[in-house]
Amino acid sequence: MGHRPWTMDRKTMNRLNHLFDTKKDNLLSIYYTAGYPAIDTTVDIAEALEKAGVDFLEVGFPYSDPVADGPTIQNSSQQALDNGMTLNVLFDQLKDLRKRVTIPILLMGYVNPIVQYGVEAFCKKAAEVGVDGIIVPDLPMYEYETMYAGFFKDNNLSNIFLVTPQTLPERIRKIDELSNSFIYLLSSSSITGGNLDVSDSIQAYYTRVKAMALKNPTIIGFGISDNATFTKACEYANGAIVGSKFVKLLESENYMDQIPDFIKSIRKGS
Amino acid sequence: MKYGVNEQGYYGDFGGAYVPEMLYPNVEELRQQYLSIINDADFKAEFDQLLKDYVGRPSPLYYAKRYSEKYGANIFLKREDLNHTGSHKINNAIGQILLAQRLGKKRIIAETGAGQHGVATATVCALKGIECVVYMGEIDMARQAPNVSRMKMLGAKVVPATSGSKTLKDATNEALRDWIANPVDTHYIIGSVVGPYPYPDMVARFQSIISSETKKQLLEHTGKELPEYVMACVGGGSNAMGMFYHFLDDESVKLIAVEAAGKGVDSGHSAATTFLGKEGVLHGSRTILMQTPDGQVVEPYSISAGLDYPGIGPQHAHLYKINRAQYASVTDDEALQAGLLCCQLEGIIPAIESAHALAQLEKMKFKKDDNVVICLSGRGDKDLDTYIKYFNY
Repeated sequence: MGHRPWTMDRKTMNRLNHLFDTKKDNLLSIYYTAGYPAIDTTVDIAEALEKAGVDFLEVGFPYSDPVADGPTIQNSSQQALDNGMTLNVLFDQLKDLRKRVTIPILLMGYVNPIVQYGVEAFCKKAAEVGVDGIIVPDLPMYEYETMYAGFFKDNNLSNIFLVTPQTLPERIRKIDELSNSFIYLLSSSSITGGNLDVSDSIQAYYTRVKAMALKNPTIIGFGISDNATFTKACEYANGAIVGSKFVKLLESENYMDQIPDFIKSIRKGS
Repeated sequence: MKYGVNEQGYYGDFGGAYVPEMLYPNVEELRQQYLSIINDADFKAEFDQLLKDYVGRPSPLYYAKRYSEKYGANIFLKREDLNHTGSHKINNAIGQILLAQRLGKKRIIAETGAGQHGVATATVCALKGIECVVYMGEIDMARQAPNVSRMKMLGAKVVPATSGSKTLKDATNEALRDWIANPVDTHYIIGSVVGPYPYPDMVARFQSIISSETKKQLLEHTGKELPEYVMACVGGGSNAMGMFYHFLDDESVKLIAVEAAGKGVDSGHSAATTFLGKEGVLHGSRTILMQTPDGQVVEPYSISAGLDYPGIGPQHAHLYKINRAQYASVTDDEALQAGLLCCQLEGIIPAIESAHALAQLEKMKFKKDDNVVICLSGRGDKDLDTYIKYFNY
């Protein structure tokens, strides 16, 4: 907590840029799936996470065939779809959400629902309801650059690229050029919901990326599940994202009561 | 080639490589190397040798006399059903295992629907002594049990896909996840002309042997290389693309692709992608797929597990959109009847997939001298249970 609500000129900076300008370390983001565990839980969870001191949110919109996700997030996506979640429903919820939540919001989802919505219309609507950035794991750099970058720019939305231990340095440079808020470092080449790889080769990868002195901040995700993994990630990057572990928490009955302690345990250990 | 892929991996509006960054290095490695490997003289020699001595190629182009009398044209069957393992799938599996070896891969993964591609992959892995894992939808494992046993006998591990609809698309998702987790030592043998570039082009090249042989054989039979019609069934579309490949630039040849209508195009139980689908992204390429207005992938249905797929390869989407090929659809009932007719007229039990192409004959208006080639993509042994139940034999 602590940073002021976003009041910058929407045309030049979004809430993410403002956040990264004012806070450089130990940034914590939480991923959760919109419409899970129930269709109308999206806003309440966001509000609880902001109150608990999360720096920014990654809200997943569900897809039937999420190839980059493990069973936890896939199940939450299927449940959300069964609950009736669609992009239209989500945009309505986000409109309400923005009345109650001020921290930056990223939407994360797969490319096909966006293509059906219309990429330009999607970007416009997202900006209108107060979204700051988009993560689309299966949108390739070439297609983004040649077809869609203009829509993102026109609506002052950040497109977040992923980098894995196998991503070559020249490609990381290119990603850095195309990014304008932060770069998402994957802790391993894996799907979501695995364990944090702390092998020498992975630490060498973090060190290698850090040494590149990229213009964008970096956030580590995949395998961040507790204080130890969060702290480790923050040694190498500006912060970290917790996903599957939080989605698992949402499976329990009284998850709303547990959110403050969960976030505290990530930040400080339990 | 006028209808071939461009440097970015596109066929007109379709194709590309829509993969998460975790798969980018794998796909990029293939993209950079596939053409130089498959155009290499050593590769070609080994590929040709195995197709000849191991698969039994060239597969015959058979003049079907009784069919010809019935339909009033010269009907030829391209006998891919006579290949080792019983379908055209082996052509691609041989090509990709040789490619995987040259890329230094130690482990093979594959997805399978009917099990034909899984069996072909398990076969080439046995041939080369390489570890093989095949993902197969739990429902498909039940309806194609003999093929599951065949894969196991051949030494493959068969992993059930238990997510989503538990069929081919979910098996493909699971295989992609495996590849994400094992990016360095594993090659993914995709079984159809689907997936991220370069797969659609690579698989089409390996299957193009079907049409290159057909041209030569047709010349021997008829004195002409070019037929009036070329017909094939389409799930993802690999046998059709192999059958069309060397005829694409010969604009006089009418190309007919036959999709599975299931219980009827409008029944809600269908896999007729061009009739029911819209443009979008599926399994790594921009193509036509069956989806809800919100862009969620729709579960397809066909009695034929090999055609039970919600998309088509991007090159098919292109040929459809620009009208180079015509896309038709055939129901379960029409296909099964056509399968039985093929048994009784020609003494050949076709795979239910291939029977869809045969069923389209009923709907065609041929001229007396038309030469018509149909790809008989697989044999029907695996489908005996379905035939027997349907016809009460």
